Amino acid sequence: MDFVLETKNIDKYFDKPVKFHVLKDISLGIRKGEFASIMGKSGSGKSTLLYILSTMDTDYTGELFLNNELITGQKHGKLSQIRNKNIGFVFQFHYLLSEFSVLENVMLPAKKLGEKSLAEIEHDAMEKLRMLDILKLAHQRASRISGGEKQRVAIARALINNPAILMGDEPTGNLDSHNSENVFSIFKRLKEEEDLSLLIVTHDEDFAKRTDRIIQMEDGRILD
Amino acid sequence: MINWKVILNIAKTHLLTKMKSTVTASLGVTFGIGAYITLVSFMTGLNEMLDSLILNQTPHIHIYNEIEPSDEQPIALYQEFEDAFNVVNSVKPKQSQKKIHNGLPILNYLKKDEKVYGATPQLRAQIFYLSGSIELGGNLVGVDIMEEARLSNIGDYIVEGTAQDLKNSDNGILLGAGLAQKMSLKKGDRVQISTIKGDVFPLKIVGIYQSGIAEIDNIQSYANLKTVQRILGEAQNYITDINVKLYDINEATTMAKSLGKQFQVKATSINEANAQFETGSNIRNLITYAVSITLLIVAGFGIYNILNMLIYEKMKDIAILKAIGFSGNDVQLIFMCQAMIIGVLGGILGLIVGFVLSKLIDNVAFETEALPTITTYPIDYDIWYYVIGISFALISTFVAGWLPSNKAKHIDPVRIIRGT
Repeated sequence: MDFVLETKNIDKYFDKPVKFHVLKDISLGIRKGEFASIMGKSGSGKSTLLYILSTMDTDYTGELFLNNELITGQKHGKLSQIRNKNIGFVFQFHYLLSEFSVLENVMLPAKKLGEKSLAEIEHDAMEKLRMLDILKLAHQRASRISGGEKQRVAIARALINNPAILMGDEPTGNLDSHNSENVFSIFKRLKEEEDLSLLIVTHDEDFAKRTDRIIQMEDGRILD
Repeated sequence: MINWKVILNIAKTHLLTKMKSTVTASLGVTFGIGAYITLVSFMTGLNEMLDSLILNQTPHIHIYNEIEPSDEQPIALYQEFEDAFNVVNSVKPKQSQKKIHNGLPILNYLKKDEKVYGATPQLRAQIFYLSGSIELGGNLVGVDIMEEARLSNIGDYIVEGTAQDLKNSDNGILLGAGLAQKMSLKKGDRVQISTIKGDVFPLKIVGIYQSGIAEIDNIQSYANLKTVQRILGEAQNYITDINVKLYDINEATTMAKSLGKQFQVKATSINEANAQFETGSNIRNLITYAVSITLLIVAGFGIYNILNMLIYEKMKDIAILKAIGFSGNDVQLIFMCQAMIIGVLGGILGLIVGFVLSKLIDNVAFETEALPTITTYPIDYDIWYYVIGISFALISTFVAGWLPSNKAKHIDPVRIIRGT
């Protein structure tokens, strides 16, 4: 089996306010080109899982593999690099850097990666913006555009380094149905046209039903 | 792998969008450094002026013949009394002359020494200035005036006439300013002096001498060495003092010791002569530095405060940067860059402000009877104060930036993104 992302026996505890077993023995794998969604009630641990998968949270036991490479136990600096190159992340709230222009926001991860020249990065960023149909916003300040547009900019930013997997923490949770539909179709297109793997945490049942696979979570476990 | 261009660009954007905080923080540094430069330049300028007031009139080594009792009384030479307890009553000073024995050979020896910048002979004579029936006690110092002018700044204190005028006149005198005032005399007048023995000589006033120290100006006058020797009726080798100026003032103490031993004379160095004076100027310097450091520390706290605020405001940005692949070190560098930019800008501006303020003070009129050569407030434009100022600006912004940026480095992005 060729998994982009794979976990083995992940356990996590919260210490505060009381000791709480939030993730219980999570083992799952995301295949290349798979569009998976994680569903569950609030408090079921789905977001917590997602942050562990995204390498931002390192406080867990078990093993995490990305492209069949063990990620668990790597140093923070190395994890930042992995995150920069291989993982695109879209949050519920757009989280753009409001002082920078849309184009600069999108270019930033690629500049950090530093594998391409500035001209190439700018070209790539414009391509992504064109693909998401927001090219005309390129030189606007990120704080001056609408919520739906911001989320698309965030997706463009997540894609700029052509990551192995795109993760979303309720990326449509804060959008109206029109914009939600829009974001979903973008994800769908990315999967079909670019063979991108996606893992999206969502509350939205309609959204989840249209993905390839729903991972149901309850009380820190995956239900099958 | 640090991408400086990206980091600097982010730092620049943060600073430019928070212009108000940036300006406030920079101004904090500017005022701190500016005040430091002004204060230290002004205070050391004053110190130097006061120091030079005394020090320029004190030779590095002063050689003279002290009238004192012998260390060993003749009885110590008798072997019969070797083990006895000898009591000598009414000990008198050793019979000796006031003049330095072999004065001229010593002078020549000193002039050939390569450590010596110059040595001048002096003859100090107790005299009376006669004004009608009034007798004013005082000194007349016979000097080699041109050599004296070369080695000390006596020329600055000749307020009327010149050193050359005295040299050219066989019976000229540079009268102390206080004396001139007391006796209502001016340049060109004649003054009568009388030696202790009672011989009266008329001298022509070729100039007025004002050191700024009233005790000196009220009693002391200068004349040519030969003139004074003639007045006293002494030979040309009669000198009572030799003043030595060295290339390196720090060698004064050791050299004074060896000269004293070598020539059997009293030789005191400038350090001995002005010990308590040194203490005074050291304490003044200490106060200067204490005040300056306080100013700089206050500026440092200002920077710390503003950067701290900036980082709290940018908490979300920090989380985003970390989420898209910037490491903790990158984030720390971003904020350190901001601190250093504030430090460099504020520091350089502070140097300029300090320089301009110093220039202003330097041009304020400051005239005082005591200091004939001073017309404006003294300022010391030592380049080192500027070097220290900018270094402290950089160091304090570095420290002030390090603490908050270190906090930013360890911020957990998950906690901020999830809002817990």
